[in-house]
Amino acid sequence: MAVAALPPKRAPQKQNAWKAYSDWANEHRKWLFAAPAMIFVAVLIAFPLGWTLYLSLTDASGSVRAKSEFIGLENYADVLTDTDRFWPAVLRTFVFTAVALTVQLVLGMAIALLLWRPFKGEKWVRVAILLPLVATPVAVGMMWRLIFDPNIGFANQLLGFVGIGPQPWLSGQYSALPTVIFIDIWQWTPMVVIILLAGLTSLSDEPDEAARIDGATAWQRFRFITVPLLMPTIIVAILLRSIDALKTFDLLYATKGRGGGSFHEVETLNVYAYGLSFDYNDYGVSSTVLIIFFLIIVAVMFVLTRRRKEVQK
Amino acid sequence: MERRKSRVLAMTVLTTVLAGGSLAACSGGGGGGEGDAESGTVRVTLANHVWTDAIVEAIPQFEEETGLTVEVTQLGEDQLSAQYNVQLNAGTDEIDVMMYRPLQEGKLFAQNGYLADLTERVSSNADWQWDDFQQGPVDSTTFEDQVVGVPTITEREVLYYRKDLLEKAGLEVPQTLEELEAAAKQIKEQNPDIAGFVARTGKSPAVTQFSSFLYGFGGDFIDDEGNSSLDSPEAKEAYAYYGRMINDYGPANVSTDMSWPEAMAIFTQGGSAFYTEADSLYQNATDPANSQVAETVGFAPMPAGPDGSKPYNVPSWGLGINEASANQDNAWKFIEWATSKDMVMQIQKEGVPGPRTSVWQDPAGTETYPEDLAAAIEVSAENGVGHDRPLVINVGEAREIVGDPIVVGITDGDVDAAADAADEAFQQFLDDERE
Repeated sequence: MAVAALPPKRAPQKQNAWKAYSDWANEHRKWLFAAPAMIFVAVLIAFPLGWTLYLSLTDASGSVRAKSEFIGLENYADVLTDTDRFWPAVLRTFVFTAVALTVQLVLGMAIALLLWRPFKGEKWVRVAILLPLVATPVAVGMMWRLIFDPNIGFANQLLGFVGIGPQPWLSGQYSALPTVIFIDIWQWTPMVVIILLAGLTSLSDEPDEAARIDGATAWQRFRFITVPLLMPTIIVAILLRSIDALKTFDLLYATKGRGGGSFHEVETLNVYAYGLSFDYNDYGVSSTVLIIFFLIIVAVMFVLTRRRKEVQK
Repeated sequence: MERRKSRVLAMTVLTTVLAGGSLAACSGGGGGGEGDAESGTVRVTLANHVWTDAIVEAIPQFEEETGLTVEVTQLGEDQLSAQYNVQLNAGTDEIDVMMYRPLQEGKLFAQNGYLADLTERVSSNADWQWDDFQQGPVDSTTFEDQVVGVPTITEREVLYYRKDLLEKAGLEVPQTLEELEAAAKQIKEQNPDIAGFVARTGKSPAVTQFSSFLYGFGGDFIDDEGNSSLDSPEAKEAYAYYGRMINDYGPANVSTDMSWPEAMAIFTQGGSAFYTEADSLYQNATDPANSQVAETVGFAPMPAGPDGSKPYNVPSWGLGINEASANQDNAWKFIEWATSKDMVMQIQKEGVPGPRTSVWQDPAGTETYPEDLAAAIEVSAENGVGHDRPLVINVGEAREIVGDPIVVGITDGDVDAAADAADEAFQQFLDDERE
């Protein structure tokens, strides 16, 4: 009996404490749920960024633990006036991104249009197109490096069969950049295809059919109906691919190694910053390059997202 | 309602715990965790190298003798370097013994305080005989009068050549650089598909092999006053010679990115008559499994330039102890064992040139080497120069600067102008480093 009498006495009290806690949690749940992510962001993104910013204002070199002096914006002045390595690297970064992106968009759109309407064997074609995506860029780089080897590579042997002399491909001072752009296109066009295909399949058929009845040609329908309707998707593809292409590193390092080759022929900002850190142990300058690079990416993202909003209006 | 609330709460708690747990796992980073106590596990970080293969095979023997456990991390050269940069910078105590390149990273690591002072340890055991180590290598692992590493592998540049091609052309083994050029020219003319000469071509990798040519012509990277001497007539001649050899008599589709694996591949696939490279890599050329020219490969000392035959003679790798390691006594036990006379003899017999004088003097130490190679090594050890790259702190950057005229030469550019530009840049670099 005594046991049975206990619960009514204690239960309300326990329940009250529990309820108070649960109410509090319920009230603040938007913060509680977001907290882990916020801590994650703070620790793993904000701190490194802040630390890099700090290093960029010092002359840290040799070791980040060694004494370094605060030198203000000196590194920025040095880097921004460096026409030897920095500006060529900026130029290469943009050439790489712009050319790769343009070709990927055109090619991606063409392939997506081909795959848009169902056809026989569609499944297999899709699998084949997606294959390059699943390989890691380092493996892709090494594979292409073998294919493009000037002496024993498959590419030159193939050219030999059709009577064309061997090409320097990756090993040439002027052909290396176009070659790595080609590899990037090979690997990432499928990604653009997937995005555009998703956009295409979600389009309604009606405007297209109406235009067809009105006698519009295929090109007119594509140019004035499909493309405008697909614009938001195209911009998403541009956004994702351009950020990726801007910060490409693994492919360049796997194919040309440190410094982007003996003439820095494929040295983009990323490769340059890596070299400054890991070959030169010049942490101050390296951080400066990375901060400038970060600002460039943020600016590009800003422009693109604004354009996307405009299109969506 | 109540049940929904409590479910929300439970989920909150669960999420927090999971997130917290994963964060804690990030910061904990595993590891020994014992703090300062000496651990029975010696953590050794090694580079991919024939020496490493031999030592790893022998480790069970060490474990049995000492009762210690050895944990080996093995990485490629570039990855190893990057790994050290990250881990040592962060002050890790998770590396005890580290294999490092005394000429490449030695000064930097010692200056940063990454390497423990071994001065007392090397002299504490008379049986181990520190004075048995060759002076050149010992100098390279000594920083400001403190011993910070023990050399493990030494190397000198030698001439690899194809006996069959020389015979066919009716040529003697070249003794001088002049003869080498003439022979390369003749063989290339006689055999359109075969290069007369091959060597490393990558801006940074080529520097070490170019050094022996530079010394042969009477030049060096830095003069006696500590200034750049890249614009000296000797240096310019050396740059021009090296570039000409590759450009005129090199493989048809030569790239400017070759390090030793690529250059060695061309030679071992029968693509070249001559090849200058480190002697420690000779097994790549003599092992029939890797080399199509295994039967016909010969070795000779570095051909003499106007200033004589002056190949580099350097310790390419050494072992050091991480200053932050709490396990330094056991780490030293490992180094002492790995560089003991017996071990050096055993590894040298397997084809890896060691740093001990007594082993070289013992006929058993060279009996497994091709006779001509052993003779070439003996000559090179006598007249060798103790460095194969500029002896500075930031070697990576210096190599890129001094390597620039090499690639300009290989691509038939204006070597004189490139040497002048490199000289200016290198002087600036030296001034900056001296500050």
